[in-house]
Amino acid sequence: MKIIVCVKQVPDTSGKVAVKDDGTLDRASMATITNPDDMNALEAALALKDQNPEIKVIVVSMGPFTAAGMLHECLAMGADEAVLISGREFGGSDTFATSQIIAAGINHIGVEEGDLVFCGRQAIDGDTAQVGPQIGEKLHLPQISYVADIKLEGNTVTCKRMLEDGYMTVQVQTPCLLTCIKELNTPRYMSVKGIMEFDTKPYTVLGYNDLKDDPLIEADTIGLKGSPTNVFKSFTPPQKGACKMLDGSGKETVDELFGIMTHKHII
Amino acid sequence: MILDEKHEMMRKFFRQFAETEFNSELLDELDETGEFNKEIFDKMAKAGLTGVKIPVAYGGQGGDYLAYALMVEELARRSVVLSIYANTSNSLGGGPLLYFGTEEQKQKYLTPCAKGEKIVAFGLTEPGAGSDAGGTTTTAVQDGDYWVLNGRKTFISGAPFADYCIVYAKTDPTMKGSRGISMFIMDMKLPGVSCGKHESKMGICGYPTSDVIMENVRVHKSDLLGPLHKGFAAAMVTLDGGRLGMAAQALGIGQRCLEESISYSKERKQFGKPICKNQGISFMIADMATEIECARQLIYHAAAAKDANSPESSKLCAMAKLYAGEMANRCAYKAVQIHGGYGYIKEYAVERYYRDARITTIYEGTSQVQQMVISGALLGK
Repeated sequence: MKIIVCVKQVPDTSGKVAVKDDGTLDRASMATITNPDDMNALEAALALKDQNPEIKVIVVSMGPFTAAGMLHECLAMGADEAVLISGREFGGSDTFATSQIIAAGINHIGVEEGDLVFCGRQAIDGDTAQVGPQIGEKLHLPQISYVADIKLEGNTVTCKRMLEDGYMTVQVQTPCLLTCIKELNTPRYMSVKGIMEFDTKPYTVLGYNDLKDDPLIEADTIGLKGSPTNVFKSFTPPQKGACKMLDGSGKETVDELFGIMTHKHII
Repeated sequence: MILDEKHEMMRKFFRQFAETEFNSELLDELDETGEFNKEIFDKMAKAGLTGVKIPVAYGGQGGDYLAYALMVEELARRSVVLSIYANTSNSLGGGPLLYFGTEEQKQKYLTPCAKGEKIVAFGLTEPGAGSDAGGTTTTAVQDGDYWVLNGRKTFISGAPFADYCIVYAKTDPTMKGSRGISMFIMDMKLPGVSCGKHESKMGICGYPTSDVIMENVRVHKSDLLGPLHKGFAAAMVTLDGGRLGMAAQALGIGQRCLEESISYSKERKQFGKPICKNQGISFMIADMATEIECARQLIYHAAAAKDANSPESSKLCAMAKLYAGEMANRCAYKAVQIHGGYGYIKEYAVERYYRDARITTIYEGTSQVQQMVISGALLGK
């Protein structure tokens, strides 16, 4: 049994966002992090592996070669294998084209009975929450989005699916795809042992030539040309001041507020 | 030194851990109460920090000396006392077991120590034997299958909550000076073992220190660690590696002092401009950064020398401890100076760092002892 976890390298939104002339992100010039929801997806997979060491966890990402650093970190956290889907032909893809390519990559790895595909709910750069569900559709897998709890018993997965005003309990048979939210867990750290050993684990790069025979890969369904989305304009939103909420009794809160203001020489 | 990818990843991990887990409330509590916090210790153990430098076969993470130095640096950058929490098992506690333990002793004592399940203290210093460990007066007399220990150890970090203590005792009173001393693994629950009152320290509060008193303590002969009568040489080997950790701790202190000074001096305005615009301030920051970088390169180089088993490593570790300890104190002094009156107030991190920095030129060999080691290596003893 295996769990394929889709992860994305995203710009660190605490830094400045750079945009190219065609409206797409200039990822090379920005500091990057692993998309936070994807870390929850990876943690969910690793937690299931902790219970059943037979489970193989494979992390998959589409992106430039610099995404290797992120995949190495996933391996150092405990993933068994990493696959990077990378090629010039894939550049500039929107969510439609991206899910097309990642689905082809997952087809290449192979989804068998009993397998699971985990994605984060959404990436902090685009915030669309579309890629996970689109991968599920293209792989013809049943899917549950916004998952806050996972129970795996045999081939049955029972999930708590969070909604704005409550939650649903949904059962599904494997193979299936889940999109994970931050309430699901707290991602583990890398470990020194994991870091020492990460380069002994399989690391594969899939390029255009590896995937071109998949029916999902057509010249008009991938890359910038195959993307129905046209970015009209991208810009860095003006920075809002950070907000800090103080809790507690009146006196304590006022004391704390007083301390912060004194610290910043406001009073 | 330019770190390779693995060590950069380790730095990132240690930093992430410290910045996430060492919150201000915890740090204030440690400083105010001086008590050991088991909860954060367990978290550090779970993350593998207590066994960073210990081989995987003994429950550790299998990291090298450079990994260990990076860990102590990054943890100390956020909390000096919590860097000690992760340091001891990799250094003075676990070190003697790793270097001199039999396979059975390693399995019994080192493995739980690396996993953070048991805590091992290091009992060398005595009221009359600090830098001069040869002045040890604690005695161990053989009685059948047991050694009977009597004496008093002082300033023993972690003694009040330790499960075991590595104790140095004179086993052959006819041998003079540092000869005739042996190492023992002493269970702190054995009859006759007691701890003195917790010392009230200037800094590194949150890791209690006390005397360890031994009155007719019967330690089984299987708990003799390393060769009989040659414990002093073993202590020196352990302290050698410990110096690297203490140098890295001092480096973390310097780095934090620099960061606090940069951020404060950009924010604080006097005479209508941020104080960092004054050369008196900016030159202090330039000096701090330069000294920190010197210490960093020396420490990483010493770590690499240890990893390569270089004969130079002992001298380099002493140099790193000497330079970094003194550097940390200069940086802490400047950081408080840059903060002015605010730097004297407990609410500001530099106040605590100023107090914490002071120990780095004292424990695990004073600066002057490091000078003795360095000059001894250069000139002969």
